[in-house]
Amino acid sequence: MGQDFWTYFWVVGTFGTYIAIALWARASSTDDFYVAGHDVHPMVNGMATAADWMSAASFLSMAGLIAFLGYGGSVYLMGWTGGYVLLALLLAPFLREFGKFTVPDFVGDRYYSTAARLIAVVCALFVSFTYIAGQMKGVGVAFSGFLGVEFNTGIIVGMGIVFVYAVLGGMKGITYTQVAQYCVLIFAYTVPAIFISLIITGNPIPQLGFISNVKGEDISMLEKLNTVVSDLGFLEYTKTDKTMLDVFAITGALMFGTAGLPHVIIRFFTVSSAGAARVSAGWALVFIALLYTTAPAVASFARLNFIDTVNESTYIADDADYDTEAAAIMAAGGKPTPKWFKDWEKTGLLGVEDKNGDGVIQYRAGADNEVTKLDRDIFVMANPSIANLPAWVIGLVVAGGLAAALSTAAGLLMVISSSISHDLCRRTFFKDMSDKDELRVARASAAGAVILAGIMGMNTAKLGFVAQVVAFAFGLAAASLFPVIVLGIFWKRMNREGAIASMLTGLVSTFSYIYYFKFVDTDPANWWFGVSPEGIGFLFMFLSLAVGVIVALVTAPPPQDVQDLVEDIRIPGTRTSHGIADEGMAPMPAE
Amino acid sequence: MSEPSKEIDGKGYWREVVRLTLVLLAIWFAVSYGAGILFRDWLDNVSIGGAPLGFWFAQNGSIYVFVGLIFYYCRAMNRLEKKYGVEA
Repeated sequence: MGQDFWTYFWVVGTFGTYIAIALWARASSTDDFYVAGHDVHPMVNGMATAADWMSAASFLSMAGLIAFLGYGGSVYLMGWTGGYVLLALLLAPFLREFGKFTVPDFVGDRYYSTAARLIAVVCALFVSFTYIAGQMKGVGVAFSGFLGVEFNTGIIVGMGIVFVYAVLGGMKGITYTQVAQYCVLIFAYTVPAIFISLIITGNPIPQLGFISNVKGEDISMLEKLNTVVSDLGFLEYTKTDKTMLDVFAITGALMFGTAGLPHVIIRFFTVSSAGAARVSAGWALVFIALLYTTAPAVASFARLNFIDTVNESTYIADDADYDTEAAAIMAAGGKPTPKWFKDWEKTGLLGVEDKNGDGVIQYRAGADNEVTKLDRDIFVMANPSIANLPAWVIGLVVAGGLAAALSTAAGLLMVISSSISHDLCRRTFFKDMSDKDELRVARASAAGAVILAGIMGMNTAKLGFVAQVVAFAFGLAAASLFPVIVLGIFWKRMNREGAIASMLTGLVSTFSYIYYFKFVDTDPANWWFGVSPEGIGFLFMFLSLAVGVIVALVTAPPPQDVQDLVEDIRIPGTRTSHGIADEGMAPMPAE
Repeated sequence: MSEPSKEIDGKGYWREVVRLTLVLLAIWFAVSYGAGILFRDWLDNVSIGGAPLGFWFAQNGSIYVFVGLIFYYCRAMNRLEKKYGVEA
């Protein structure tokens, strides 16, 4: 069976499964549509959360990024997992106990203010649109790179699939397709990782291979990697050139940003109680950790293997017959450029230039480096062929990448559509709208959001800044949403004025800093305290907290109804309706 | 929604919840920002398997502890809820 057959087999097979699940899990009420009837099993929700959370970037790019950054890549590993501890301890169970549909619901009702609700809607929409364009682009890349389909056609196919299950099933359809997508993506990630770990270290478990010796040698894998990269003029793998403060700040921005991302938070509204939300966050992290502890191992193996097989290898021309040429080079005692390298060179993700004309590839740091193009996504995608795995595994990796992109896109679509149909229409402008009408508007806005996201995805080639603006998503979530939610639960005295001041401070300061240093003055030497735009959300989060607390203290305390509400959400099972806090919408009881 | 039959000592319960949360957050901070960033150079003098300990915490160890922390929190909260007669 050829490569194309297997790729189509997996992609069509998995897409068919998603559609079948969508038809089975149709939403019949706004409860179903927004929160999947809030009776999802905690472990199932954990798995769905993991798929929701792990995007095309986690699946395709992260290991490659770590392979190049070495220790510097730790910010992503700690940042994108540590946020779940904050979610479990500070947010998820209390927001479930609060018992409504969206993040702006909480902000608007807890702070008895339409203005606060609208600011939260702006934050949620901004964060989600930034994120979703990247997912759609990932879908387009996967299709055009592997199936020979046009980039835009790929996006249309991906949009079509998401359209079916998000519009029909809402959160209910999304939840169960995300479970299927998690299974596909984790299988596709770990199988090649196990084999490459076996090849490099002889240990089948990548997490153990990571701390083992190189197979057949008396030196640890990481020590060897350090020696090899520093011999070639690169920074040692276990070191970084970032300042400690910057590493600290980026990790913080990613952690608190993760905890403040609306599409992650709303997943915890789908379970039955506060207790279930806690357990669910635990399961989510277990499923995420499976990939996140494998990634650094894959990263180091791939870097070592790349240098081992590519550096100082004799280049085989494109028009030569690979097998005869390779045999001839080996007979002469040389090392031929590996077959996978030749295959990936065609995609343009890898490129070489024989600068010194010796017919041998030299991979170095600096100007005499002959590997002129080395895309960071290559390491995950080329892993199966590097490990000589059969064609069906390679096809599976494509399906895995698509699963990662589509599951995240769907979660984001929920936030966008509920922001419009629920927060803007039902809760702000048309308060007497019926449940049926709201469901209709929700479906329509999900459909509109899919199309808009697709159009953004198609234009990312022109809007080259998408990768740049992901910093916005985390920074804004950390600096604007996280503080008001946590204060709203843990500090009864926090009031409307404080919340509005805090959100605006976080929003304006973080947005301005990132915008200025990403687009106006791109010189890192001018960063404040040496903190990069990626990490600044962490510092401004404290500013936003401080401003919120000070403003709250000099203005009137919140009404009694709201203080009673805060008491209720702290103690599971005691939630009752409280006057002005709940007059717009009754809370859903725990079951 | 089940109304609690007897008066719950909400203040006592919440005080214990906050204390538990702070202890767990201290551990959360120690394994990531502490072991993985601030004291990394010092911990790197020791190695686990073949990896420098600080580096390992930053890339693998902290994540295992995070998982443990959440499940411990779930168990401790269940105990607290039972102790105070809170119905989750």
